Amino acid sequence: MCSLALFPPPLPYGQTTVCESNNELLSGSSTEDQLNLSFPRESLKLHSRTENSSKAAFLDHSETLWMRSAAAWRDGGLTGLLNEITNSHPEVPKWLSMSSGCILALLQWVSSFHGSLFPHLTLSSEDMIAEFSQVSDCVVRAFAWHPHTDKFAVALLDDSIKIYNPKSATTPTLKHRLQRNVAVVQWKPLCASALAVGCQNCLLVWHVDPCSLSTRYVNSGHVQKIEFSSLKKCQKNSLSFTFNAVLNFLVWDVAAESCVPLQRVGGGGVTFLSWSPDGSHVLASTPSALFRVWETRMWTCERWPCIKGRCQSGCWSPDGSRLLFTVQDEAVIYSLTFTNTPGTSKGPHAAVVVADLSETTFSTPDGDIIVGGEIQSLAWDPRGERLAVLLKGDPRAADRSPIIAVFKTRVSPIFELLPCGFVQGEPGAEPRLMQFHPNFRHGALLTVCWSSGRITHVPFYFLSASIPRLGLSGSPTLPHVQERPADFANQSLFTEFIS
Amino acid sequence: MQEMSDRLLNNKAAASIAWAVLLLPPSTAIFVILSKFSVLHPIQTISECFSMLTSATAIFSFILLCGVIIMVGFLNFEYYTVIPTIACSKIALFGQLLHPRQLVNSLVHCIMGMIVAWCSAVTIGFRYETLGHPCAQTDGYHQMCLNEYHLILLLGGAFVGFSHSLLGVIHNMNYVSFHTVQQYKYLRFKGCLPLVVKCSATQALYSVRNFIVVYYFLGYIPRTWICKTLNLHLGSSAHPLDSIAGLLDLSLLYHLWISATFLLFTWYITLLLFRIFLTEHIHFRLNPTDHQILVLSFPKFQFLALQDLALLSQHSPLRRCEVFSLSQPGGHPHNWNAISKECLSLLADLTQRLVAYHDTVATNGRAKSLSSGSERKTSSETSGTLISQKWLSIPLTAPFTPDLDSPFMSPALRRLAAPVEQGSPWYGTVQSPHIMRRVKNFLAKRVLIVYLFNKLPEASSQALFADSQAHIWALEGLSYLVQASFSEDQFGVVQTTLPSILSCMLVLQEAVDRHFKLPHASSKPVRSTSSMGDSTYKTLRFALRATLKTAIYRITTTFGDHLNAVQLSAEHRKRLQQFLEYKE
Repeated sequence: MCSLALFPPPLPYGQTTVCESNNELLSGSSTEDQLNLSFPRESLKLHSRTENSSKAAFLDHSETLWMRSAAAWRDGGLTGLLNEITNSHPEVPKWLSMSSGCILALLQWVSSFHGSLFPHLTLSSEDMIAEFSQVSDCVVRAFAWHPHTDKFAVALLDDSIKIYNPKSATTPTLKHRLQRNVAVVQWKPLCASALAVGCQNCLLVWHVDPCSLSTRYVNSGHVQKIEFSSLKKCQKNSLSFTFNAVLNFLVWDVAAESCVPLQRVGGGGVTFLSWSPDGSHVLASTPSALFRVWETRMWTCERWPCIKGRCQSGCWSPDGSRLLFTVQDEAVIYSLTFTNTPGTSKGPHAAVVVADLSETTFSTPDGDIIVGGEIQSLAWDPRGERLAVLLKGDPRAADRSPIIAVFKTRVSPIFELLPCGFVQGEPGAEPRLMQFHPNFRHGALLTVCWSSGRITHVPFYFLSASIPRLGLSGSPTLPHVQERPADFANQSLFTEFIS
Repeated sequence: MQEMSDRLLNNKAAASIAWAVLLLPPSTAIFVILSKFSVLHPIQTISECFSMLTSATAIFSFILLCGVIIMVGFLNFEYYTVIPTIACSKIALFGQLLHPRQLVNSLVHCIMGMIVAWCSAVTIGFRYETLGHPCAQTDGYHQMCLNEYHLILLLGGAFVGFSHSLLGVIHNMNYVSFHTVQQYKYLRFKGCLPLVVKCSATQALYSVRNFIVVYYFLGYIPRTWICKTLNLHLGSSAHPLDSIAGLLDLSLLYHLWISATFLLFTWYITLLLFRIFLTEHIHFRLNPTDHQILVLSFPKFQFLALQDLALLSQHSPLRRCEVFSLSQPGGHPHNWNAISKECLSLLADLTQRLVAYHDTVATNGRAKSLSSGSERKTSSETSGTLISQKWLSIPLTAPFTPDLDSPFMSPALRRLAAPVEQGSPWYGTVQSPHIMRRVKNFLAKRVLIVYLFNKLPEASSQALFADSQAHIWALEGLSYLVQASFSEDQFGVVQTTLPSILSCMLVLQEAVDRHFKLPHASSKPVRSTSSMGDSTYKTLRFALRATLKTAIYRITTTFGDHLNAVQLSAEHRKRLQQFLEYKE
């Protein structure tokens, strides 16, 4: 088993990780790069999030009971209507207000019961996104590389999405009235234009024409809206009924706009979803101590109860045969293997611990640094040779800030996990999101979004042990790449030797 | 081959009906409990239910219900289709409703509805049990009176059955769509069950509402008729049921609703099971003779074969290996040739259809406007009669079919409806107020006709893509096979057809792109979620467009720059380059 004690010590204060070459992580002072972006918090025009409606800005205006009831039904659903009737007792008969009060109490009792079964259902939608999404306080809310080209989408705290492409000067900005509290963005594979955005109440699918020169898409016809039809009504009723619809696992056919709900008892929704690269399996974790792995041929699932907490994060090996995952409140990485032929084998009966990331103290010239603990997220590079682990750290302790630990991995013939090093940013900046570039020619390229609003790219130069993928054209025109590829070609044996 | 496919489909239908019959006892039991339930005497309810379920009448009515279910299953099998019939105008819809085949269907549903209602009346018992009941007249001796509660339940059942059959046509309930997501039958059934309960309850509510309105106005007709034929007397009950006071009986309404729900629920379950069994994936043997299946002009079976092709190309390396294999002796790739030829001809057929449609739409406008313009110039004084002649000469059958040239949306009509513009060939010819008035009168008289004959927007587009599920599978199958051939095709059998596959897809892509530029083609249809009717066909064209793009991208990402070595025309190469650069 690999542990943090085998890692080289973190960089001294003020140094940032630039790249991996020659089998070690190089550090330096931060360099300006055309692809490194920065979104300072002050530059965004944030709107206040606490106000759900603009009700407070208007004066009260007396309406008939009928009108008020209709409005209450429209705004608050059944609960709102009952509330309205109960509260306007001089106008309605006593029995009506009494009975609606009783029904209201009954509903609240039932919903509190429901909430006690699934505690997460009592959270408000913003809280829920903060709890379960991978990022909360950062200016960059979500990030996604396009699976085939060098463009990426960044969702910002002001609910806009920007698309950057190094080959074009235009950066389209996507805005939509429903695009609030973006939790996730994802490009459609085998498509140039479709971008799915998971928002608070709906899923938006943008079609951003790569040839178009327009830079602003606001509430435009380029968006396809998938509303959770049952949700829209439930949303208004009461909080506890709201998220059942969202969190149930739905398989959407976006073009045909049809959906198939896949329901299983237990769990209480889906908090994290990860497709295997070959599309044969999907990991779906629930808010309770249980996660499921679906195979996508007949859509059956395996239940994996965890002992301690919910499944926090997971990632798949390139061939979809191995799943690495982490569990909340645990500092280890588990591994599961799957076979691609459904029905023949049920897979393993228990997950294996492959790495232990419990707290380890490194003594550096600046003093002792404690690294390790709970794991926030995992990312595996598309060739299966580098595994980045974002460690949560402890926000209360100054010497235990979040850090990214990188492992060297090998999937075949046997699974291997070896230490590589820590990726650190500028002083004070904490890593929030990370993703590997899907087809970086010279190794692996890790993109990290920092709490300061910066997005940086850390290349790992190595020659792949496996057969290089064919037909993947276009690697980013990074200055480093142009300078150095020749140097690394003849140092590959060294990499092999060490690992 | 035909017998084999028939036998297979018959077996599937029989299995689905058998399951529907097996599911009847639990649903009947639930119905009995719900219909007899009283809050005040729960234990009494249970004992009553139990004695009810074991009585002879219950067993007799249960046998009747089984017969009804078998009949419904048979009708489902007889009337189902995998290619929906899309009415392009209101009149075509009426034509469908009044088709003799449909009339028979409605009649049978009506009778079956009545039978189910009789069974539920017997089951509920109480005041609904018999049609006649002895009643004491004023002069002392007993005679039989009509039990209107029984009658209203029977008529309600007949009405619900009839409206079920009508809605079946309107919502295309006989259309069986194939799901993109494969699931085991039990899981699919379990997933759909809440929807079925919801649909049957809401549909029953609407049907009962409509029935009550009808009964309120016309209820006396069947009542007096029954009384006359069966020599029954009208009872001296307090309220006749076609009065407001009589209909405001909550218990009666509840029983009407619950029996309608029971009726619809059993029928919907039969329909659901039938759909699930029919669309289940079948493994076809891959040998050259069996490929005749793909060619069969029997669409129901062709669909299953294409579904199998799409799945095997995606999921099973072993069967893909069979596709890429060579015949022994001879060394011909018969399997691959048969598959690719069949898929390509399907796609080429769709391309041709799209191009023909586009040409008709394009030339329709120009040709007609030119001809009418010239007509006007030569004989402007007889304009009114000319138009009417022109309109009357249109064959009435035209709107019944999803035909390509729509005579009623020709620019001639638009010009009539809109004020005459300056500069048009009409300007200066139709300026006499007399003629204008004639034209207006003429239009006013024909508002109904225009309403009936006017094409429904996007219906022709839907009709054009009605069988596109087959094309989607063909595209998926081909593209996955080509992708797999990159690493699995040892003999290079796919290489030989790659140029034709690519050019076929690119031509289709062009045709589809052109089609989506037409008005109404890219407008999204309204989706109805709470109906048993399947509206998948409304979005098939979007699914086809997305699948086509994905299929081309799948090939270009797999082969990458190697595609430059493939022989293609310059235009196709240019288009392919766009895909290679991810700019489509």
